[in-house]
Amino acid sequence: MLVTRKYRFSASHRLHAPQLSDAENRSLYGKCNNPFGHGHNYEIAVTVRGPVEARSGRAVDPELLDGLVRRQVLEPFEHRNLNEEVEAFRGAVPTSENLGREVVRRLKQNWQAVFPAGDPRLERVAIAETSRNAFEVAAHEIEQS
Amino acid sequence: MLITRKAEFSASHICRNPRLSDAENRVLFGAAANPHGHGHNYVMEVTVEGTPDPVTGMVLDLKALKETMNREVVEIYDHRFLNLEVAPFDRVIPTPENIAIDVWNRLQPHLRGPRGRLHSVRIYETPDLYVDYAGDAA
Repeated sequence: MLVTRKYRFSASHRLHAPQLSDAENRSLYGKCNNPFGHGHNYEIAVTVRGPVEARSGRAVDPELLDGLVRRQVLEPFEHRNLNEEVEAFRGAVPTSENLGREVVRRLKQNWQAVFPAGDPRLERVAIAETSRNAFEVAAHEIEQS
Repeated sequence: MLITRKAEFSASHICRNPRLSDAENRVLFGAAANPHGHGHNYVMEVTVEGTPDPVTGMVLDLKALKETMNREVVEIYDHRFLNLEVAPFDRVIPTPENIAIDVWNRLQPHLRGPRGRLHSVRIYETPDLYVDYAGDAA
């Protein structure tokens, strides 16, 4: 059984790769390279997989998942400048691709403490910067550090 | 090829395990354990898998799929109190997980031909919570 919960947060970012020239950055990222940054209402969908437990009729306790996502993702990202205020984006461009990977990394690192039984497992994270694009990162794509 | 058809039903339910105390149920289910029940506008997405017929160009008759979904699920669930009026929810807790399993069990006997085999069932309890069931244990 797969269970998916959707969450939202708003944050600002700037897409700029320091390895490239200013002209190359402008050409590659366009408006997203604006030096003052810009923001989005992000939507993330967290999908977990597990057997349905007889006691609760559920595959996951949504409150446990909500708490984990709130602590690891929503609180650190909400109304933040991702480039300036989230450590992972000091060395990586905060594209949706990298943001999705960072969300998976944060959830995997703290998964065991919330779900010690092993089930449910994280299946994937989907992130939408706007409603016109979507990025999915499968949990197995990210090595646990 | 996968084809998905959507339908909606509105129903009330209580999430409560009768083997547990009231206090344990409140911890486990929160507001959903309210003994008076509460309701949702559920959205069900039924996905079938198959190969298009070379003559009709269709995997299956979507009208027939719609009728099957209405007859086997919507007409039985819609505007009902699931725990009291729809088996097996007199003994199975009507969580979205168990609803997806029941919808699968109701539809699967009608969607097992070479054209239009049931692939998965998605149940949205709210726009922000949905489950997918494909007949598997986990």
